[in-house]
Amino acid sequence: MDLIAVFPEPPPPDLARTLDLAGYRWKAFASADEVAKAEPAEGWMGAIVCADADIENAWAVCRALRKKDVLQVPLLLLVTGAQLDELTLRDELFDDFCLLPFHPRELEARLRHLFAFTAVSPRPDLVDYGELVLNLETYQASVGGQPLDLTYMEYELLKFLVQNPGKVFTREILLSRVWGYDYYGGARTVDVHIRRLRAKLGEEHANLIQTVRSVGYRFGQSRWGS
Amino acid sequence: MLEQQRDYVLRTVEERGVRLIRLWFTDVLGNLKSFAISPAELENALEDGMTFDGSSIDGFSRVQESDVLAVPDANTFVMLPWADQKAPEARVFCDIHNLDGSPFGGDPRQVLRRNLERAQKLGLDFLIAPDIEFFYFAPPEPGQAPRPLDEASFFDLTTTDVTGTLRKETIRTLETMSIPVEYSFHEDAPSQHEIDLRHTDALTMADSVMTFRLVVKEVAAAQGVHATFMPKPLEGVQGSGMHLHLSLFDNEGNAFYSADDAYNLSDTAKKFMAGLLFHASEITAITNQTVNSYKRLVPGFEAPVHVSWARNNRSGLIRVPVPKRANPLATRIEYRSPDPACNPYLAFSVILAAGLRGIEQGYELPAEADANLFEMGDDALQKLGIEQLPQSLSDALRVMESSSLVHDALGEHIFEWFLRNKRSEWRGYKTQVTPFELNRYLRSI
Repeated sequence: MDLIAVFPEPPPPDLARTLDLAGYRWKAFASADEVAKAEPAEGWMGAIVCADADIENAWAVCRALRKKDVLQVPLLLLVTGAQLDELTLRDELFDDFCLLPFHPRELEARLRHLFAFTAVSPRPDLVDYGELVLNLETYQASVGGQPLDLTYMEYELLKFLVQNPGKVFTREILLSRVWGYDYYGGARTVDVHIRRLRAKLGEEHANLIQTVRSVGYRFGQSRWGS
Repeated sequence: MLEQQRDYVLRTVEERGVRLIRLWFTDVLGNLKSFAISPAELENALEDGMTFDGSSIDGFSRVQESDVLAVPDANTFVMLPWADQKAPEARVFCDIHNLDGSPFGGDPRQVLRRNLERAQKLGLDFLIAPDIEFFYFAPPEPGQAPRPLDEASFFDLTTTDVTGTLRKETIRTLETMSIPVEYSFHEDAPSQHEIDLRHTDALTMADSVMTFRLVVKEVAAAQGVHATFMPKPLEGVQGSGMHLHLSLFDNEGNAFYSADDAYNLSDTAKKFMAGLLFHASEITAITNQTVNSYKRLVPGFEAPVHVSWARNNRSGLIRVPVPKRANPLATRIEYRSPDPACNPYLAFSVILAAGLRGIEQGYELPAEADANLFEMGDDALQKLGIEQLPQSLSDALRVMESSSLVHDALGEHIFEWFLRNKRSEWRGYKTQVTPFELNRYLRSI
């Protein structure tokens, strides 16, 4: 458990140099699938994901690392200043981040701090809102104890909403945060899935997802109690 | 993404105790095909696909190259609501590949994917909402005319109760299978019903239409009722159509909407309509693929006969519905010739190809035809330059045969097989001596 996963392959030369000088053992990978396949039995010590060249695949790697286990791999994200907006609403995908180009000593300090708590903290695997419960580990959702039959994207959308109750999201934000970019229907896809979720939640719970006129959707009560 | 979808499916199968996973795909004529695998085989199937002998499927492989690969599309995984609760089942749609991994030319779903990808390259998403009509009959007996439920006396409940219950149960089942219903109602003809689905992307909608036809039939059969999507089961009353509400969306929103136009139609919408009208006759064999389809496309029954468009004229081929409260998202066109017996993957493919051709080559939209075309004589129609749709399957096949647009949209494999299969259907029909002929000629000639 002393191996760090690095994305992408090949990593930026200064990143490789900094890790070597600091004495870390690391291995670089070109995709989320490769990272998942190469995971040691005892797990990664941590991960460093460099997002500047290919942010979509960077997120895929983060997701893959977060999905697998109940235990979190400490994950440091490297982004450019122009990518800072992309971090919004993705807090669960990384533990800390560092701006590119990085200062080698800053990076070292951040890694030290991050790995200081390698007695990894368990991820909460149940999320609930009222009678609605999602088990993130088993991908199962239920309402009032009754299991909901959801497609994968319905589940992902519901999960995102339940994790962010009371906030209003535009279709575009939901599309980029929940779907990534692999879809046929454009922003209308969001409406279609919201409509399907409401039907599956049943009349009693359909109003958990509210339409906010000319903006988008909100799950649960607004924080301001409206 | 793919890996997470696979995990989701595998985990759900495990958690819910799914015993059988049904792999669904569609033959060239639009029949739903299925084979079942056990959970133990699922991981392998998701990873590498399942090999099967395609020569047993209509329009699939020729015998010498018969093995193909069914690769489940994990995104379409749902639990089957009608399965035994103690032995849950799920279904997943498959894409069919050749053994080397390339898309299989005989798979309608792959054909639609290829056409949608063309639209995506132009930055366009193709959205469809169908209005699907069908009939409920008493179980058919060989040689007997279909009996509408209104006339069948063996039901304990009154007809309204039976069909009302059937429709309610159908809609509930559709919703649990992720198919949202917009409206449903009793149609004009006895025992005829219509269910309108909410729009979604064309691939999901083609899958949904396949699921829809099965759900309607299954729910009815459970009550001893026969549901049919035959385009014209009863002479003298309206047939069953599948009007398609179509729109294209781009990054900016609805590409069919323009605030500046009297009908709120953008240039893109007009060119798409022009393409659809120009190529309408070529694609009719696909949107109306049975001998019986052409008995629906006759004057006087709200089915289109002429190649024309209008805002509020139900005799036209394309109708431009007036959206409630001028909602930009709701601007769309309604293509009225298709019937619910078509293969939705192929029908959506050729419709999209025709529309895109109009956009790419800047076709000009002919003038609106707002008069009732059914009441106009042939001369008047000719003066307006309004043509008729093909009058029979044979006519439609002849026009399709010389269409490079349809050839390219469907690909050589399906184009060639479809023509061959449908010509043989036409021959089978033509050689019959019908009651019409006997009644008319036997005594008088």
